Amino acid sequence: MNKKEFVCIACPNSCKLTVWEEGGEIHVDGHGCKRGIDHGKNEYTNPMRMLTTTVAIEGGHHRRLSVSSTGEIPKNMISQCLDVLYAVKLVAPVKRGDVIAADICGTGVDIVASRTMKHV
Amino acid sequence: MKKMNFDIAVIGGGPAGLAAAIQARKEGAEKVLVIERDVELGGILQQCIHDGFGLHRFGKRMSGNEYAQEFIDELENTDIEVLLDTMVLEVTRDKVIYACNNKDGMMEIACKAVILAMGCRERTASQIQLMGYRPAGVLTAGSVQRYINMEGYLPGKKAVILGSGDIGLIMARRMTLEGMEVKGVYEVMPSPGGLTRNIVQCLDDYDIPLHLSTTVAKVHGKKRIEGVTVAKLDENRQIIPGTEEYIECDLLVLAVGLIPENELSVGCGIELDERTRGPVLDNHFMTSVPGIFACGNVAVVFDLVDYVSQSGEIAAKGAVAYMNGKLTGGEGTEYVHTVPAGNVNFIVPQKIVKGEECEVQLYMRVKHPDKKAVLEVSEDGQVTQTGRHPFVAPPEMISCTVKATGNADVIVDMKEGK
Ligand SMILES: Cc1cc2nc3c(=O)[nH]c(=O)nc-3n(C[C@H](O)[C@H](O)[C@H](O)COP(=O)(O)OP(=O)(O)OC[C@H]3O[C@@H](n4cnc5c(N)ncnc54)[C@H](O)[C@@H]3O)c2cc1C
Ligand code: SF4
Repeated sequence: MNKKEFVCIACPNSCKLTVWEEGGEIHVDGHGCKRGIDHGKNEYTNPMRMLTTTVAIEGGHHRRLSVSSTGEIPKNMISQCLDVLYAVKLVAPVKRGDVIAADICGTGVDIVASRTMKHV
Repeated sequence: MKKMNFDIAVIGGGPAGLAAAIQARKEGAEKVLVIERDVELGGILQQCIHDGFGLHRFGKRMSGNEYAQEFIDELENTDIEVLLDTMVLEVTRDKVIYACNNKDGMMEIACKAVILAMGCRERTASQIQLMGYRPAGVLTAGSVQRYINMEGYLPGKKAVILGSGDIGLIMARRMTLEGMEVKGVYEVMPSPGGLTRNIVQCLDDYDIPLHLSTTVAKVHGKKRIEGVTVAKLDENRQIIPGTEEYIECDLLVLAVGLIPENELSVGCGIELDERTRGPVLDNHFMTSVPGIFACGNVAVVFDLVDYVSQSGEIAAKGAVAYMNGKLTGGEGTEYVHTVPAGNVNFIVPQKIVKGEECEVQLYMRVKHPDKKAVLEVSEDGQVTQTGRHPFVAPPEMISCTVKATGNADVIVDMKEGK
């Protein structure tokens, strides 16, 4: 039995969840409502996160362009995705929504520019 | 000196200023100007690359600069004029703005109404008591954010964060993702300053420890910071002897709070509220000087950008009404007040024009966290409205629409949960 603790962030109540696996089933305790059960199970089995970071860019006002994932990415793949993005070098202009890395690391999620950067 | 005339000038091109300018144009002001000291519009949001913005307004999680881009794109499709790289130096009570830039030199801009949207600034090392030298490597969280997210520099390798405000928490994650080591977050108070979801997603996710009731007692290093001594605090915020611990670091990040940027407001004699540290506002977001309005973080530190935009729109409606002679303000106007009671710490706007029956948008913060609280609004001893709040805490601003008769003070009481 591998017990893990999480704070539920589905609402500001911040219930302290305890999650464990027993007899092939996942159990959640400490939740104040049903949403906490889902949250606890997801965090235990496959936590997902949005990824926002920057990539290098030349020819614009700034030397970094902010980018964002179009959906959530498995938490344990974040650092692999970052390695890919840190190798990217762009040249302005870039428009918001331009795809910077499609289907990053096979996650099915794109990384897109979250702002426009004009050429200066 | 170059002279110009505008219906409405907005000072500051952050989300508050952008929303105000766009709304003022929609309300019928013909010549609208935005003055921004930075080289681009968007304000602080341009350095906020994390997501979580716009949930209220657009129903989706956007990054800060994506949210700003929505408004910038909208503004660029209008005939609103923008002066970038231009610093406003003075605003007079007659609504004349003095500004300067490299191209036009000094400018005198006369307006029918002015909207202040200068945002806020961070408290710095000199505003908190830090013992030791003043070496390089002590930066505010917002400066670190700008260095990393826009300019592409890492200002250190091993960081200690003092203060658990949201910006500090967000930067803890950001620095970690950029390969820096974050040794811990130290908070003077017994409870965190930031939102729980930021503690979970920015600290817990990366095993960054949060130490409550702990402070940085001393900064070590003469030219460049070499480390800090941290120490536990007792209930009276006094250092508990024997708890001191030395931590090696080359960066101390300060996330110790925001203060509205009101140099210009003070310069033209606008009355400020001690609690919000922004101007005292009426239900149109007009300041004590007739025709000068304020919105966004210059009015009160909002932190939720959706409310910032909303406040810009309220101020813009007020400014256009003033321009058209429908509002007067100032000495001759009588007001009733919004009065915080119970757990309510402050309310913006602070007053309502007497006799104006209206629906007013109130923004407030509570003094301490509570569950199952009940918000009770009353006038003249009569309860006019109640609302349940399953959870309230100081970092979460509360916004609600209240009907007011304009004939009596509006008492807003957050009653303790049972
Ligand atoms: C570091 C940081 C992180 C944040 N993170 C979040 C978050 O995660 N989620 C969220 O919802 N909110 C967040 N916020 C809050 C949100 O970004 C702000 O509430 C919002 O940007 C405030 O908008 P504003 O227009 O009032 O001020 P700002 O965005 O600060 O804009 C003010 C503008 O006025 C200009 N200006 C000031 N003085 C002058 C002058 N004299 N002349 C000309 N121009 C001038 C400035 O250059 C600036 O562009 C964060 C805020 C900060 C500071
Ligand atoms: S378990 Fe339910 S009540 Fe508790 S924090 Fe999560 S969503 Fe809120």
